[in-house]
Amino acid sequence: MSIGQTFLGLLEAGPRHGYDLKRAYDDRFGRDRPLHYGQVYATLSRLLKNGLVEVDGTEPGEGPERKRYAVTDAGVTDVQRWLASPEKPDPYLQSTLYTKVVLALVTGRPANDLLDTQRAEHLRLMRELTRRKNDGDLADQLVCDHALFHLEADLRWLELTAARLDDLRRAVTS
Amino acid sequence: MTGPLLVADDLHRSFGPTPALAGASLSVAAGEIVSIMGPSGSGKSTLLHCLAGIVSPDSGRVAYQDRDVVAMSDRERSALRRSQFGFVFQFGQLVPELTCLENVALPLRLERVRRSEAERRAKDWLDRLEVTELAGKRPGEISGGQGQRVAVARALVTAPRVIFADEPTGALDSLNGERVMRLLTGAARDTRAAVVLVTHEARVAAYADREVVVRDGRTRDLARTA
Ligand SMILES: Nc1ncnc2c1ncn2[C@@H]1O[C@H](COP(=O)(O)OP(=O)(O)OP(=O)(O)O)[C@@H](O)[C@H]1O
Ligand SMILES: [Mg+2]
Repeated sequence: MSIGQTFLGLLEAGPRHGYDLKRAYDDRFGRDRPLHYGQVYATLSRLLKNGLVEVDGTEPGEGPERKRYAVTDAGVTDVQRWLASPEKPDPYLQSTLYTKVVLALVTGRPANDLLDTQRAEHLRLMRELTRRKNDGDLADQLVCDHALFHLEADLRWLELTAARLDDLRRAVTS
Repeated sequence: MTGPLLVADDLHRSFGPTPALAGASLSVAAGEIVSIMGPSGSGKSTLLHCLAGIVSPDSGRVAYQDRDVVAMSDRERSALRRSQFGFVFQFGQLVPELTCLENVALPLRLERVRRSEAERRAKDWLDRLEVTELAGKRPGEISGGQGQRVAVARALVTAPRVIFADEPTGALDSLNGERVMRLLTGAARDTRAAVVLVTHEARVAAYADREVVVRDGRTRDLARTA
């Protein structure tokens, strides 16, 4: 995720101090992974250097946390460009799970157990996310649903692979 | 009670030459929500029917509160189902001639609860399932998702100790399916009812406390083997 462009977008609503920006970011996007102060100030100084934000005021005292930042016209253009360009879909072609299954078959280990163990682990996480979703607000629901749909896709693949294990064993050991 | 509420042990059941269950075991604690997953034809519904005393296994034991369900007379078994169990299926479970309120009140009427009392309690459950406004409508006049919520209300109205749900969201889109699951599991937790939930959808199974996988008529309890 691009922290820089997210900052620019948050600053479009009005100038903010660095700590305020961090709080707004963590609140909306960083519930599971809040930003470090180091990241915040490194990002802001980069944006400043590139002319995408400017210092809008300084309170008395020392240090970057005293500064207030505002987005520049170039910054607004940058967010606009970012929002308008599609994210590259993840092709999901490098699967560790697939590698493990093939390796288990090639080495004569029980691939079925591997699939079952993985399945249990996926469902455990899905239960946890479902609980969180049901106890949370709409933002929690959307974030958790995104994760749940992806985990569900993995599980369907695990099911399908379990059903094709004999064919796969023949294919990889012949 | 300390032991499990409901136990199935090493169930076998064939339909003609087809083995539907070939060594299925499962135990459910009071208030526990257990999902049963597995491929189509693996024996999930047959297992649920055996647990609920709808189908008798060829061999193996089913016990509810330490009482042998297989050995009961038909009459005892149907009394057990009416007083202790609630059922939600994929579709076609509401009586088309009755209003939604009358449908939900029906299990109580069969238990000889007075009409006014039965309808009062039915209305409470329609409220809980967020379908208050459907009370006077007939099943033909409501959507699939609404019908499932009415069916859940009907399953819960007798305060059952176990709710058996076989693909309760099978005919619904994901938003409606989630809503039914949230309401069903929420109400079950509030009333300390156990739920045996058959589903092939992982997102639905994730509402349970634990899952059991059935393959070729055999159960694999992943929480215990992993
Ligand atoms: N009443 C019946 N008469 C004949 N065969 C049956 C009957 N009920 C189940 N079977 C057979 O037993 C096996 C298991 O069926 P069951 O309905 O339990 O599977 P399931 O896991 O619920 O499948 P699905 O996910 O498709 O609902 C299948 O081969 C099925 O054809
Ligand atoms: Mg079935």
